[in-house]
Amino acid sequence: MAELFRRLGAVAGALVLGTVILWVLFLVVLPQLFMVDMSLRPHLPVPEQGGPADVRSLANYATLFANDAHRGIFLRTIFSAALVTVLALVVCYPVAYYLAQVARGPTAALLVLGLVVPFWVNEILRTFSWFLILSRNGLLNQVLMGLGLTEAPLNMGGVGAVMVGMVYAYILFMVFPLYNAIESLDRNQIEAARDLGASWPRIHARVVVPHAKPGIAVGCIMTFMLAAGTVAVPQLLEALPGGTNARWFTQVIYSLFFDGGDWNSGAAYAFALLVSCVIFIFVMMRVFRVGIADVAK
Amino acid sequence: MLAGQSVTLERVSMAFGDFVAVRNADLHIEAGEFFSFLGPSGCGKTTILRLISGFNEPTGGVIRIGGADMAGIGPNRRPTALIFQNLALFPLMKVWENVAFGLEARGVARAERRRRAGELLELVALEGQGEKLVSALSGGQRQRVAIARALAVEPAVLLLDEPLSALDLKLRQKMRAELRTIQQKTGVTFVYITHDQGEALTMSDRIAVMSHGRIEQVGTADAIYRAPASAFVATFVGESNVLAGRVIGTSGDEAILETAHGSLAGRNPHGLDAGARAQLVVRPERCRLLDGDAPGNRLAGTVERLDFEGAFVSLVVRLDDGAEVTAQLANDGSLPRLKPGTPVAIGFAAEAALLLPVAGDG
Ligand SMILES: Nc1ncnc2c1ncn2[C@@H]1O[C@H](COP(=O)(O)OP(=O)(O)OP(=O)(O)O)[C@@H](O)[C@H]1O
Ligand SMILES: [Mg+2]
Repeated sequence: MAELFRRLGAVAGALVLGTVILWVLFLVVLPQLFMVDMSLRPHLPVPEQGGPADVRSLANYATLFANDAHRGIFLRTIFSAALVTVLALVVCYPVAYYLAQVARGPTAALLVLGLVVPFWVNEILRTFSWFLILSRNGLLNQVLMGLGLTEAPLNMGGVGAVMVGMVYAYILFMVFPLYNAIESLDRNQIEAARDLGASWPRIHARVVVPHAKPGIAVGCIMTFMLAAGTVAVPQLLEALPGGTNARWFTQVIYSLFFDGGDWNSGAAYAFALLVSCVIFIFVMMRVFRVGIADVAK
Repeated sequence: MLAGQSVTLERVSMAFGDFVAVRNADLHIEAGEFFSFLGPSGCGKTTILRLISGFNEPTGGVIRIGGADMAGIGPNRRPTALIFQNLALFPLMKVWENVAFGLEARGVARAERRRRAGELLELVALEGQGEKLVSALSGGQRQRVAIARALAVEPAVLLLDEPLSALDLKLRQKMRAELRTIQQKTGVTFVYITHDQGEALTMSDRIAVMSHGRIEQVGTADAIYRAPASAFVATFVGESNVLAGRVIGTSGDEAILETAHGSLAGRNPHGLDAGARAQLVVRPERCRLLDGDAPGNRLAGTVERLDFEGAFVSLVVRLDDGAEVTAQLANDGSLPRLKPGTPVAIGFAAEAALLLPVAGDG
């Protein structure tokens, strides 16, 4: 803080700091408070708002737990987001390790490029490409039929499709924190462990993973938050033939706000999701024994 | 228990693409020997160590440890332990866990690991430091943790890559003595890499001097110092004056070299014949100041400077063609006043000088 003023001078420093404070206040703190307030009020017709019936209670939150369908979707969303996170970690760890410690020079650059380029395309289009690949006359079915593995096209929709799409959608948010963390590990430590007779699983368990913990935590947090908060990916991929049309919790919130017009319940649901995500972050930080400072790096 | 094994290199070469980092290395290191590789930066020392430890497979030749061919055997299955140039201790583990890591990899139970780590820490004078993190130790202590960690796997050959280079002079000297003691106590073969000739000369049973991927000479410190095999060795191990010329005559085991500074006589162990191009090397401490027209080897020039070094002074003489030769003279009060520019002559006995063939000359 003092550093900021020393470098920019009083006027410019105050301007920068002021802007940041205003930004956080108006775009983060106030809307959230407004949401919380709204979530505590009943959904009333306009004339009754502010009237005697407009008292704050936890009724909207209670519905979330009382309504079997909504509670089910909520729990399934949290569980699915956690599953996406785990899958993304499993897929990305070897990739990140390979990029960070094994690949050299042009190969490494090419691989990174191959990972990044698809992400120049927007999330919806990327997901839609999975829709095309997995649809009835899509690429995968054509390949399978071309190879004679199946006669008729398969229905590829369902939980698997959504998982694939989600993992792919957020792969970079997992790969790059992991890559950064693993890349900073002195290769000599890996070789020293190997020289001392350790097997590859042990080298990873005792040397690489402990070193990469902050990166793993960041990757998991980002992936989980994005997966829990997405609307587009499940909406698109659940529409595949064979899909269960199971809804994602964000879709419930969306329809409460925009279809039902029940902003109060919507706000309560949204806030409940936010709180769950924050709890998830703290659990992750606890599990990986990393502090805020490590994560912010 | 610990016991050393021999290491043999048979025409070992290592090429990285077009670049040959090690060329036709032939070498036999005895079991239980303290053997050093000495050479300037980039001459291929680390590469040789990585070949012996199994991180790289040689592009040519055979490496044997205890007589067994090591081809295709990975670093985790060789009876070697490597101490890295930067130690590569595990910063997130406690000191004792670092030491016991090799045992952990071998599936030794935790209680037994703790006990053995304790013993090893005692061996390297670090008892009671096991619960600390590596980051809480001083440079010399970390050094010793690295040694203990390597010894824990009971290697037959301990490979050390300039392990003392990061320490200050005092600590370095202390650690040299400790390393030597540990080597003698354990009987493990030590293969030690250094670019510091003092380190190599004081610690080693034998030394291999390397230059540009080639082993120039193998021998005891004394033999290498007394009879360097090449001008490179003569100047890299200790200082030497080197004068080039052509052999004009031989008599017994001595020969006369015709140089730009007149004829000079020296020992001729390589049996160079008249007409061969050769280099004469002579140590500064074997040179003396001549007065009058004394017969024998004589180099005339003017005083360039006089460096006071305590017990002796280094007299740098500029010869007629601009070349410099150095004489190390005892500072015993007998020296005349030698101002820069004073004409002087220095001389040396023929048996103090050595004639060496010029590389690439038949
Ligand atoms: N993996 C590699 N790929 C290409 N060249 C390499 C590789 N490893 C080493 N070299 C080259 O081989 C030569 C010898 O390297 P090495 O590390 O063995 O030197 P060194 O004698 O240990 O030097 P220093 O005293 O600086 O550690 C160097 O020129 C280096 O650039
Ligand atoms: Mg080296």
